[in-house]
Amino acid sequence: MINIIKVSTFSLVVIGGFWGFSNFGIPQIKPAPPPVEEKLDLGAMSKDDFIALGGKIFNGKGNCTLCHNTMGRAPILDRIGPVTVERLKDPRYKGEATTVEEYLKESMTKPSAFVVSGYGKSGSNDTESPMPDVTGSGIGLSETEIAAVIAYLQYSGGTEVTVSMPNSNDQNAKAAAEAATSLNTAEEVITKYACGACHTVAGQTGEIGPNLTKIGKKRGKEYLRQAILDPDAIIASGFKGGMMPGKYGEEMKAKELELLVNYLAGLK
Amino acid sequence: MAVLVILMLPGCIRAASASEGPAPYTSTLVSVSATGLASVPDSKTESYPPAPKLTASDYPKINGVNSRVTVWLVAQMHLWFGAFVLAVPMFVFIIEAIGMATRDERYDSMAFEFMKVSIIAYSLTALLGGLLTFALVLLYPDLFKYLATIFRGSMFAYALLFFAESAILYIYYYGWHWLQGGNKKWVHLTLGLLLNSVGCVLMFLANAWTTFMMSPAAVDTAGVFNGDTWAAIHNHLWNPINVHRVVANMAFGGSIIGAYAAYKFLSAKNNGERAHYDWIGYNANFIAIAALLPLPFAGYYLTAEIYAYSQQMGITLMGGVFAWIFIIQAVLIGALFLSANYYLWCGMGRSEGAYRYHAMIKYIAFVLVVAFMVWFTPHTLVLTNAELKSLGGPYHEYLGVLGIMPAKNTAVNFLIIFTYISFLYYRRANKIPTVSWATTGNAIQIALFTVGLINITLLGIYYGYFTNTVYKVASSIPQVLTTLIIIITSAVMESMMYKGAKEVAPLHWGRMSNRSQYALFLLAVAFTWLMGLMGYVRSSIRQHWHVSNVFRDKSPDAYTPDLGYAASIVSMGTILFMVMVIFIFWLSAINSRRTTAKGYWKNKHDQHH
Repeated sequence: MINIIKVSTFSLVVIGGFWGFSNFGIPQIKPAPPPVEEKLDLGAMSKDDFIALGGKIFNGKGNCTLCHNTMGRAPILDRIGPVTVERLKDPRYKGEATTVEEYLKESMTKPSAFVVSGYGKSGSNDTESPMPDVTGSGIGLSETEIAAVIAYLQYSGGTEVTVSMPNSNDQNAKAAAEAATSLNTAEEVITKYACGACHTVAGQTGEIGPNLTKIGKKRGKEYLRQAILDPDAIIASGFKGGMMPGKYGEEMKAKELELLVNYLAGLK
Repeated sequence: MAVLVILMLPGCIRAASASEGPAPYTSTLVSVSATGLASVPDSKTESYPPAPKLTASDYPKINGVNSRVTVWLVAQMHLWFGAFVLAVPMFVFIIEAIGMATRDERYDSMAFEFMKVSIIAYSLTALLGGLLTFALVLLYPDLFKYLATIFRGSMFAYALLFFAESAILYIYYYGWHWLQGGNKKWVHLTLGLLLNSVGCVLMFLANAWTTFMMSPAAVDTAGVFNGDTWAAIHNHLWNPINVHRVVANMAFGGSIIGAYAAYKFLSAKNNGERAHYDWIGYNANFIAIAALLPLPFAGYYLTAEIYAYSQQMGITLMGGVFAWIFIIQAVLIGALFLSANYYLWCGMGRSEGAYRYHAMIKYIAFVLVVAFMVWFTPHTLVLTNAELKSLGGPYHEYLGVLGIMPAKNTAVNFLIIFTYISFLYYRRANKIPTVSWATTGNAIQIALFTVGLINITLLGIYYGYFTNTVYKVASSIPQVLTTLIIIITSAVMESMMYKGAKEVAPLHWGRMSNRSQYALFLLAVAFTWLMGLMGYVRSSIRQHWHVSNVFRDKSPDAYTPDLGYAASIVSMGTILFMVMVIFIFWLSAINSRRTTAKGYWKNKHDQHH
């Protein structure tokens, strides 16, 4: 029996060591929550907003920058306009596009139509692209979102933005759908605006901004509302100004803002 | 009967496939990769439903039961026991064959003793397998139904094979002492081969269900399955997982048997028992380490295939949150290598002839610790603003360069080679070579190791710091080849050099400290915990999908848990597993105990009257 106690104790100490290191020896990062469907307010969107939306999708939901970055996994797209003209004439081009806009759409939905030399799947001799179809449910971009990304790529790639915004019927349908499915809880608001990336709140553990788990104890609703709409008005001690984006006043709906303020004020 | 079941199998799979549709499948199989849509066959004869689109309310809830943790723990326990009971017959087969070739009965009895431990674990594996199925049906019915619809053919075959496996195992185990000598022994060895073959097929079938969830094949983006049973089984990550699991099972199985031997050694009542279990412990450690050495290479293969299947999945695995997993993994594998080496160094105390090599141990230990520290160095640190400022950037000025993959590859190759050197010294401990070319042979080996280690270092530096990111991992293949060439060439030379070698001092089996036995226990615990951790990663890279990109997880637990939480679940599982394992050791101990109950039974004389 004494040996059972000894080996059991030893095993527990070893397991405890591994557990302790995993909990206290490395930073605890909360993985991002599952993506929520983007609600687009196309009715109120200018062309610049549409391009900006494309940039947001390119850098976020589209996962494009996972590979299209300076690390060399996929081509850089900063000269995509002039480069596309050359590619359309390339004998290796297998697609049906005739314009930059068509080519960009095709490259997102049928990436193997043209594979840039050196970027093909290994063993495919640059005939097969490792890039996924962005409409696939892994990324799941809609027609509108693809159009926004094309607008962004055309704008940032040094060519005229030719892609048109979806028509008003679409916009109305989207707006109706949006109204029907607007966010209902503060947790959904926190997830949508990724507050947890910087703050510890609602089970998320960001460390860049102040911890909000008991913010309602110290701050009232007015203060919280101002902190969201104009983050640099008052800077919490120990933190630098200019870190939190000041865009939420424009992006957030009144209902979402109130849900969030009430939630935070209740954290005591 | 078992053979009959196996012979029936292909027909069963065909019958099950045929039942899915009226005509044989004739169209070209489609394969969906992460890169795009499947080409749907023209002459489709089968009809499968799309993947269900669930909401949180579609998941049954049982008060007080956390569905994910329940399935996670039960699946992990099943996997640990399954890995053990599949691995043991593999090396038992080899040990039995060695016994037959050398006619050394010690090998035969050791092989039987291994089976004795494994047979208790077998019933636990089956129980946990049943519990897992029950938990899936109860807690994730839509997922189970979707998978069972696609895999109905192979699931039926699996059930039949399980009967075959059980029948062969019982004949193999209970017939061990019956099937001895001459042709009978050959029959027994053949049964061992059959047992392993059926065991592997069982595992490969179960692996297919798991890998389909990671890299679904023959499905369109709506999750409609367009292929046959084989297309579903032969998905992109099936073979890499199969290879990885076979090798890992061997290492894991060896370590558990090592823990068994350590427990028996510590409980031994006399020197004979100590010698016996010391010898078994040594062999178990040898098996664990022999399988541990190629394991990183199987891991590279799997990772490369994950990248080939989906760059997005590969980056999720190696970057961001999961990047820290590999720091934990480095600690665990570092612990494995250090404890295995420590055990070998302790083993050198078995012979006085080993004293001449004692001075080398501190140098090997130094290299192992440095290699471990390099492997342990993180690359991209998640930092607060203040930390970022004090560090002057996201990477440390000097240590940051050690965080990249080629540096880690270099470190792990050094770990492997220096562990082999420890083993080499251990093997040489009690012998002196008598061949005329022994000095030349030693010189060649020193040159081989020196050139090889320099090559590995230069490859690491070149690929790590003079190529761009895409090519950085390319250092792994030439480095691995260098390591393999060193080990294989050296092993061949050693066997030739030490043929007919003179024994300078005998090996005293049993002359080992009790402390050394805890190194064997550490090996078993670290392997178990590591397997649990890597299981979490493998499953988590699907992120919020039940089946990658086709079947969305909408349960309340669709988010990926953080590492600390995962570590807590893995620790809980490891404790449960070790409790059950120690219980098995205890059962095998009481099995050999005899109590004489004087006066309890009627004596024979009285019975006759």
